[in-house]
Amino acid sequence: MSISSSRAFMLMLAPLSLGYAAPAHAGEAGIQLKAAPQSVQVRARCSICHSADYIQMNSVFMNKATWEAEVRKMIKVMGAPIPETEVAEIVDYLVKNYGVE
Amino acid sequence: MEMRRKILKAALGGASMMGSGLISRTAQAGLPQGALDSTVLETLPGKQPLLKRAYRPPNYESPVSYFDAPITPNERFFVRWHLMDVPEIDAEQWRLTVGGEGSSQSLSLTLDQLKRDFEPAEIVAVCQCAGNRRGLSDPHVPGVQWGPGAMGNARWKGARLKDVLARAGLKPEVIEIAFDGADRPPLEATPDFIKSIPTWKALDENTLIAYEMNGAALPHLNGFPARIVVPGWTATYWMKKVTRIETLNQPLKSFWMNTAYRIPKGKFTMVDRFLSQESETTTPITEMVVNSLITSIADGQRFARGAPIVVRGLAWDGGYGIRRVEISIDEGKTWLAATPGANLGRYSFLPWKFTYKPQKHGRMSIMARASNSLGSSQPDQLIFNGPGYHNNVIQKIAVEIV
Repeated sequence: MSISSSRAFMLMLAPLSLGYAAPAHAGEAGIQLKAAPQSVQVRARCSICHSADYIQMNSVFMNKATWEAEVRKMIKVMGAPIPETEVAEIVDYLVKNYGVE
Repeated sequence: MEMRRKILKAALGGASMMGSGLISRTAQAGLPQGALDSTVLETLPGKQPLLKRAYRPPNYESPVSYFDAPITPNERFFVRWHLMDVPEIDAEQWRLTVGGEGSSQSLSLTLDQLKRDFEPAEIVAVCQCAGNRRGLSDPHVPGVQWGPGAMGNARWKGARLKDVLARAGLKPEVIEIAFDGADRPPLEATPDFIKSIPTWKALDENTLIAYEMNGAALPHLNGFPARIVVPGWTATYWMKKVTRIETLNQPLKSFWMNTAYRIPKGKFTMVDRFLSQESETTTPITEMVVNSLITSIADGQRFARGAPIVVRGLAWDGGYGIRRVEISIDEGKTWLAATPGANLGRYSFLPWKFTYKPQKHGRMSIMARASNSLGSSQPDQLIFNGPGYHNNVIQKIAVEIV
């Protein structure tokens, strides 16, 4: 009974330099993630499926283990196309900017 | 099924920012700092301003001031979606299919057929997100950081699910009834949001396929053209934009049933058990726990000594019936009865009121506690659980008498 059809968003994943999926809401474009070398990459990956305010509101109370569990849940359960090689960098950014050491 | 689909951009394009200056402190106290900072009041199409938790998928809660009446108007009703693709539905094109291994025939119903071919039923019932007040969890836990406003109470009208299932020829071996909605995941690999309930709950005369909410069509963001209404149970089962009802001879296996929306066994008082989905240690969240909300007073509010403070609020539970709402003005040492208002049924918010004339200057707190006919009451300490469900710890609002 599951619905399955291709998603236009799949096409938007390929090159990271294209940035994240088009904001679905005017306000979403105004979200400012904390600036760091990895912030563009984090936004690109996370915004495939959800607005970046999910990161903002879930701060500041998560440690490295909790943030890593969240990132891995997005990959394993939600199917986020994030290469294993990027996980450490993304977690590092989230912990430093939106987490507790 | 042909279905006119638009991505959220179209659905939400008319929203406007109102700034954060109007956000009431009551809706905000206790949330993580990051949630405080990212909250804005926003007006979605067809809605009054709601507190934005997330833009995409859209998750917006009602400010506490909207709960000043026991019925929550449609334009004030909270918005909660799991998946970012929320299509607008053309009522003419919409079809509800009913079938599966546990039924002798398949149905494909139009909205007109759903309204015309089945006796309409009406019920007032609270729709509350399982994670309502998650943001107030101490310690904080990951998830949508809801304050107290991910809930609403409406008069729902629709066909009884049991009548529709009978038309499909329900077989005795059916153990669960599953619901799928028109919302879709962004990726092939993302689990679609499909939920099931035990057959006995599906056959309850109060379980509806609702096509009206407070006398009007359901708003797009609340599930137009039809949603499942499971009175007494948390909103995770109230499938919005329902398109498929499936009769199952085996328990539904999916992330949304087996991993999400589960609570530790034995931690909460619960009568309605979902046995086919229970594991050794956890069980699906089912009925709502007894709870209350003070709606007329904000944290930090000042009152004049000698002038009456009117405390208003709401109380609700899983449908067993609120028996008592009490107020404490001495940090929980003694409790005084509040006066109940209009009773709109056992699944509804029950409004209540309490008047107090403070005689002394200084800080004081006001607490509210509801109890139900099972003898369940709100706890002094949060019943902590990792997903942040069932937060019904007694609310305490600090005020100042000047």
